[in-house]
Amino acid sequence: MDEKRPVLRVRDLTVSFSMYDRGWKKKSLEVIHSLDVEVMPGEIVAVAGSSGSGKSVLAHSILGILPQNASVKGKIEYMGQPLTEEGQRKLRGREIAFIPQSVDFLDPLMKVGRQIKGIEGSDRRLREVMELYGLKEETADLYPFQLSGGMARRAMIASAMMGTPKLIVADEPTPGLDTALSENTLKSFRHLADGGCGILLITHDIDLALGVADRIAVFYAGTTVEVCPAGDFDRGGEMLRHPYSRALAQAMPQNGLKAAKGSQPYAGNLPSGCLFADRCPLRTEKCGGEIPMREVRGGKVRCLYGA
Amino acid sequence: MNRVKYICFTAARMLTLLIGVCVISFILVSASPVDPLESYIGPESTMSEEARAEVEEYWGLNDPPVERFIKWADNTLHGDLGRSITYDMPVSQVIFSRFWYSLALILTAWILSGVLGFAAGILAALRRGSIIDRGIKAVCLVFQSAPVFWFGLLMLTVFSSILGWFPMGQAAPVDKLAEDVTLWDRIYHLILPAVTLSILGISKITLYTRQKATEIMNSDYILFARARGESERQVVMRHCLRNISIPAVTVQFASFSELFGGIALAETVFSYPGLGSAITDAAMNADAPLLMGIAMFSAVFVFVGNLTANILYAVIDPRLKEGGYRA
Repeated sequence: MDEKRPVLRVRDLTVSFSMYDRGWKKKSLEVIHSLDVEVMPGEIVAVAGSSGSGKSVLAHSILGILPQNASVKGKIEYMGQPLTEEGQRKLRGREIAFIPQSVDFLDPLMKVGRQIKGIEGSDRRLREVMELYGLKEETADLYPFQLSGGMARRAMIASAMMGTPKLIVADEPTPGLDTALSENTLKSFRHLADGGCGILLITHDIDLALGVADRIAVFYAGTTVEVCPAGDFDRGGEMLRHPYSRALAQAMPQNGLKAAKGSQPYAGNLPSGCLFADRCPLRTEKCGGEIPMREVRGGKVRCLYGA
Repeated sequence: MNRVKYICFTAARMLTLLIGVCVISFILVSASPVDPLESYIGPESTMSEEARAEVEEYWGLNDPPVERFIKWADNTLHGDLGRSITYDMPVSQVIFSRFWYSLALILTAWILSGVLGFAAGILAALRRGSIIDRGIKAVCLVFQSAPVFWFGLLMLTVFSSILGWFPMGQAAPVDKLAEDVTLWDRIYHLILPAVTLSILGISKITLYTRQKATEIMNSDYILFARARGESERQVVMRHCLRNISIPAVTVQFASFSELFGGIALAETVFSYPGLGSAITDAAMNADAPLLMGIAMFSAVFVFVGNLTANILYAVIDPRLKEGGYRA
């Protein structure tokens, strides 16, 4: 097997939702546009961005669980093969695992054990993964409302381990966990990745992502503005290529909590050209045109001036 | 402790409900412009004035209403519901003999509307926006807007009068002796009124189930189930049906009281000898004891129905088991 082949490769992904605007007029709302991201085997790629940037939609489109009014354009490849709807149906829950963001994703009326086990797990494996994630055996007989936030999260992570995942898509897997537990969770991700699994970690907590991820994909208003090694965020982010990533790094506590002015444009109200332009110190007239993804110093950036 | 408290509370609620129902139905029947004696003896009676006065005195019609009510309440507490002037029988006997007819009717209509409504609601939700969904919705709206008695007359016209498939009414063939009536005769006579009555609840159950099932199918846990590789069928069987059971029980038992209200119309249209036609007769004849007896009985019946729903919740929903019983 070619070691260099990515587990997941998303190229030029665009996801839009059609919805009714005032009365009967249908309008299309583009939530993700021209998004590129890659996950290699054994690698944790963190997709970091603020809320409302379309991170969950990215996760749902990889798994093929978008609602019916969504339309997906672009390419998603899994193990070098185009990931078709049929493929998604076959692979999800087996080779592609999803870790959702809240306890609402557990069926409120089904006992936790049965839910972790899912449709194909065995009782033996259930006991193993429950032990692995520090869930007592009695937990299996509880209902989701009886779990603490941390237990629910561990239960959901455990559920991802029932199959033999080669790709894990984790959507905000740590909020609600205390520091020890979230570190534990991330450690178990690291462990899985070291075993050859590719992990796409979606988070708004860049600090946390930096602690565990190999590469960071900075997400802004529905697209990746920069993909870089996690180390580039060190030293106040001076190694970063995109002005937004740099602003993000500056906003981190250890770098002085300097927040960038303005706010992210919302889907449906996006400017043409660079999405960050109106907040950008480097803006010129050219920023109104098409901005391609460029390779810069071992990373990728969607900016004309990133260097 | 919790349970004892719950039972006491429930009993107190039922008692106050009964007192309320009795007082209100007594006020209504007292205010009725119908003269019970007039309707008893008929308009062409040759009864003398003295005889009339005597019967009025005997029935206590000249006593003040409060006194009459207290007398009735006293007798009721001692187990005597009084005598129906319409049927010339003890009220308890009228209720008892007719209750079974109504129960058969209500249960059939209840099951029919429950099963069909539930199935149609889920089907519509799973195929939301399709022709099936739109068809089901259209039928529901028609049913919802059609009055029960009108629907009953329509059924009679089409299936009895024109097609001749079903009898015109009653609970058994009129030309048969009571002991010769077979079970099939009874079922045969039950079908049209039961279908008519089920129309009352079916659209509400369907639309409610459709709404709830849609909410469930759009929920995060269904999304997660799909993300874990469950097929559409597994999603429905494992999660949707389980979660829809709680709202389904709610709407099922809520429809119980509506059906009880509906029997007055459905039974009258089909001359079906149940409590519904009896209460209509009682009201037309200002038959106070019978009216109040049936009102009280229905209140208990509906109350028990709602109580059953509350107890069932605790059985189905693990979240309520923890919190103890809640009414």
